[in-house]
Amino acid sequence: MSINFVSLISALFIGGAAGYLGSLMATKKMSLAGDVLSHVALPGIGFALLLGLNISLGALASLIIGVLIIWLLGMKTSLSSELLTGVVFVISLAIGFIVVPDHELLEALFGDIASVNYADMAMVILISIIVFLVARSIYPKMMLAYISEDMALAEGVKINKNNLIYLLIVAVVIAFGVKIAGSLLTSALIILPAAAAKNISGSMKQYSFLAALLGVAGAGGGVALAGVIGISAGPVVAILSAIMFGFTLALGKIMR
Amino acid sequence: MEILENNLLESQKLLEPARVDSKILEVRNLSISCGGEKILDNISFSLEGADNLVILGPNGAGKSMLLKALLGVLSFGGGDVATSGYIKWKDDVKIGYVPQKISPEKNFPLSVEEFFKIKKIKKEEAINLLNMVGIKDERFIKKQISKISSGQFQRLLVAWSLAGKPDVILMDEPTAGIDVGGEETIYNLIANIDKEKKLSIILVTHDLSVVYKFADNVLCLNKKLICYGTPNDIVGSESLRKMYGEDVSLYKHEH
Repeated sequence: MSINFVSLISALFIGGAAGYLGSLMATKKMSLAGDVLSHVALPGIGFALLLGLNISLGALASLIIGVLIIWLLGMKTSLSSELLTGVVFVISLAIGFIVVPDHELLEALFGDIASVNYADMAMVILISIIVFLVARSIYPKMMLAYISEDMALAEGVKINKNNLIYLLIVAVVIAFGVKIAGSLLTSALIILPAAAAKNISGSMKQYSFLAALLGVAGAGGGVALAGVIGISAGPVVAILSAIMFGFTLALGKIMR
Repeated sequence: MEILENNLLESQKLLEPARVDSKILEVRNLSISCGGEKILDNISFSLEGADNLVILGPNGAGKSMLLKALLGVLSFGGGDVATSGYIKWKDDVKIGYVPQKISPEKNFPLSVEEFFKIKKIKKEEAINLLNMVGIKDERFIKKQISKISSGQFQRLLVAWSLAGKPDVILMDEPTAGIDVGGEETIYNLIANIDKEKKLSIILVTHDLSVVYKFADNVLCLNKKLICYGTPNDIVGSESLRKMYGEDVSLYKHEH
């Protein structure tokens, strides 16, 4: 088997953007939202396959609907975002399993980087850069809100607006990440590099940079390795990222 | 007789012309209810520039709610909050805020320097501010905010609130779980900063002993306005006794 360079370049970009975005989920609460959201892509993937549309666009449509539901209900009610994400997640999964055609279920769940073409690659590069810039612009405000919502509000931070922007860029990254890692494992692109970076970072700058770097390494390395072995990229990316997490965990213990 | 009193008032105004229109905050008939339950009922008070107000009251008196209302952050987080009355800050007022005890999540990877950067505060200024709250170690700025003691974190929050030269600082129970260490309490610290910076401080506490440290005015709260006036008016008053029980005793510190 050989390495497909279109796939590899796409993976490098989306891996970097996903890793950087993951570092914004500095707290437990947010990382859960990122984890669960990736499954919300499934019904969209299903409909896209049925209608012969681009998987990523289908995924994006259902993700945006999911994000808006979570965000609106979270603002209008006092329900926790974890609970809401959980409900949306279960419904999405159920609808997803019904609409995704049987023979394509595996591809939808675990990704198929081989189906990435030049147009996809160009799109992924553009999207990754936009996501990075948007994430960077809300970064300090999100950090302040993690420390204290009241402090952030007193400083004039629009928390609800930032949360929506954040969820939307997560949705975008997931929509394009599903081609690489599938809806089941895309969360690995977002959560694992940041978790690995957190083990050995003493500042936000280190943390966000390392998360992006490990994201590039995990996604790029995973796609390349999967190409060489001749299996789906998703599981390889996830396992490779998990190994990096284990490595930094040990490194962090030694450093302290 | 009436004319005489009026004249007297006039002359007082002349003596202190700045104080007439130097109000930094005016609160009128403020009521807040949450889910149908009255939290605050018809509160009115005002604050002159550079004066300090201590808001006293037992737990659950609505102190933090009042502070949130003053900050204008009450409506956040959904919930069924209804307010009436008005809160008017001086135009272009800059407000600093020190929240009730918070602690960053374990391993939260933000350095002290980066914490100041959120407010666009440069390193040199951050070091000055930290000096002001008694943190002299220059390496402190590189530390992770989740790795410093809670006392240091509280000092850091005070320093952070001072950044950007606020006109007024709102503090919510700054003693909660404090171990600032040494002889110096967080209140001494704040009192010193107050002397240096000439700013207004609104301090929420249930600790009566704070009053003489730096209050120009005291507002006692227990859902309703129990009493409002200078420390001398308030301390020993019947209403304060009612709020805190019969055993109210306060040592007046002479400066």
